Amino acid sequence: MSTIRVALAGNPNCGKTTLFNAYTGAKHYVGNWAGVTVEKKSGEYRYGDYTIEVIDLPGTYSLSPNSLEEKIARDFIMSDAVDVVINIVDASALERNLYLTTQIIETGTPMVVALNMMDEVEKTGGTIDIDGLSERLAVDFVPIVAVKKRGLEEVMERVIALAEGKVAYRPVAPVYSKKVEDAIEKLQMQLPQRKDALRVIDGDESFILTHNIKMDGLQNITEAVTKERYDSVEIITRNHFFIKNRNFHKLSDAVDTLMLNPVFGIPMFILVMLGVFKLTFDLGNIGLDYIDVFFSDYLSVWVSEAFITMGVAEWMRALVVDGIIGGVGGVLTFVPNIAIMFIAISFLEDSGYMARVAFIMDKYLRRVGLNGKAFIPMILGFGCNVPAIMATRTLDNEKDRLLTILINPFMSCGARLPVYVLFAGAFFPGNETLIMGSLYFLGIVIALLAAFVLRKTILKAGESHFVMEIPPYRLPSVKSLLIHVWERVKGYVYKAGTVIFAASVILWFVMNFNFSGMVEMNESFGASIGGVIGYFLTPLGFGSWQAGLSLLTGLVAKEVVVSNMAIAFGFAEDITAAGFYQNMSGFFTPIAAYAFLVFVLLYTPCVAVIGAIKKETNSWKWTGFSVVYQLAIAWFVAMLVYQVGTFIWG
Amino acid sequence: MPLSHTKKGQTVVLKEISWGKELKRKLNNLGLTDGVKLEIVKHSKLGPWIIEVRGARLALGRGIIDKIEVELA
Repeated sequence: MSTIRVALAGNPNCGKTTLFNAYTGAKHYVGNWAGVTVEKKSGEYRYGDYTIEVIDLPGTYSLSPNSLEEKIARDFIMSDAVDVVINIVDASALERNLYLTTQIIETGTPMVVALNMMDEVEKTGGTIDIDGLSERLAVDFVPIVAVKKRGLEEVMERVIALAEGKVAYRPVAPVYSKKVEDAIEKLQMQLPQRKDALRVIDGDESFILTHNIKMDGLQNITEAVTKERYDSVEIITRNHFFIKNRNFHKLSDAVDTLMLNPVFGIPMFILVMLGVFKLTFDLGNIGLDYIDVFFSDYLSVWVSEAFITMGVAEWMRALVVDGIIGGVGGVLTFVPNIAIMFIAISFLEDSGYMARVAFIMDKYLRRVGLNGKAFIPMILGFGCNVPAIMATRTLDNEKDRLLTILINPFMSCGARLPVYVLFAGAFFPGNETLIMGSLYFLGIVIALLAAFVLRKTILKAGESHFVMEIPPYRLPSVKSLLIHVWERVKGYVYKAGTVIFAASVILWFVMNFNFSGMVEMNESFGASIGGVIGYFLTPLGFGSWQAGLSLLTGLVAKEVVVSNMAIAFGFAEDITAAGFYQNMSGFFTPIAAYAFLVFVLLYTPCVAVIGAIKKETNSWKWTGFSVVYQLAIAWFVAMLVYQVGTFIWG
Repeated sequence: MPLSHTKKGQTVVLKEISWGKELKRKLNNLGLTDGVKLEIVKHSKLGPWIIEVRGARLALGRGIIDKIEVELA
């Protein structure tokens, strides 16, 4: 039994994640690379007597450090921690992908190339001379179809052969022009190994600093190396890749005439998003009803009866049934909605549509001083703002990143969904999709306005540049979607069992006690705290202590706002739209209900997001700023909605 | 001539990227090196363009399109 450590390297959109999931399944570990916030995924694959530890590197186009991801990939491949690299190559864009392959060859770390998307190439009548390629570079090229799990074992066989030293690894690296070779030779006086000299030429800043290298006259060499590397790859591609049908992207182009159309692109995007909301609502609610019935009709009743027969104290029964089952159950009820939302968003991302959205939004984002790429973290925010804020790392400069982070929480996350679902169902029956769509849309508008103002005031910068690959449309792998959703749902359930559990208990005490002991709710600590907050919320149309307190608890996690509303208004056993309407129509006019939703959409995010903002901006100042400015904007916009709405409709 | 003066469907050869070191290196690594052939797949008045380079499609924002010098293939 021996362990082999394998790193997966490849371009973005080459099917790397699909392959990783095919090897490791749902059992993998997610952490961060040492000292940075880039996600590090690893998992295990058993093959015969071998345990293979698979580490997923960030997707990169090159190993020349233009970004943190590239630096991580290079450092890891060149460290002793890797036995073999599996380089996933998208056969349909062979030339561009082989650039990274060449750079990995130059690191000297043993490599097997997994040639993915061969089926796409064959469909368009193309052929790749795989044996010729393997021979030309003296590296194994193995055809795979990651989505269908074809070729996985063949790849691992080669990996094991390399790791065991059964076959020699002597790949053919490019030979450069005299100018470049002279520079390499000169550097080798300080760094004997060619791979280290190339590392310097490729511009690895930290490596250059550590070894104290003089960079005089090397700038042009960097450019020359890139060009010559690509030129050699171009020749290799020409000799081994034969395309019959010139237009590879025919099908994608046909779809794109609509999706990227200057006139229809935006309506198409709105339609797609409305479709997502409708799915979230209709499909999600089917599951929601079952779970809700389980918690309120079975579990609560069963626990209550059990406690009564056992003679447990009444306060204990109330804590468990109203506080814990009410709070945790009220959150878990929405797992189906949130799962559907995540599936939909992952589908958009993996299918290639997300890149199109960035493309059509670029025009508008330019006006607020961002570029199209910034829109992707915004859409991801519809799932959860934490990974969305981490995804801002794909942006090129720090100011763009900061700006995109600051506006991200305005994008309505899945945890805010339960609030909309219940309120929209209670106060606007029949118009749920419209109400929800309007809130998501408002979130986008406010985010863009905020970006515009911040760009003009405290985050001035030059033009930001939009460069992005537009991959062909692809059908996502079901397994990858499910694994992704499972991870997120797992996190959500975990949160319900820990943070929300604790919050429910504390809240129950706060709402049932004051200094004189157990009291009616309206005389409790909670009522006093909520009352103070409610006072400030009066101009927004929901000045009750119950609303004030629920919003305060929303800082723990937004999904508790509804369950706590139900607890505070005293109908925890009936968390349904009908129950909400019955118990709350006396406190909320429909306009106030909408203003409340607007406030929930825009106000200070939950602690997890605040933590992510702190981690990613690395500054308490910006974190504090984001908390305060969001609260101010939420108050102001909700106030406008309520006052103007009341003025018009009374 | 600048890339912004080309027409849809044209194939051109990249001459020069007149921009700072950072962006230039980034574009180089995506395959936009001197002498490479580009095909203009999609162009628009205000929005970004799509070009095909080395078998892959790249979207380039307006600012970049003005900074790339090309000549007819």
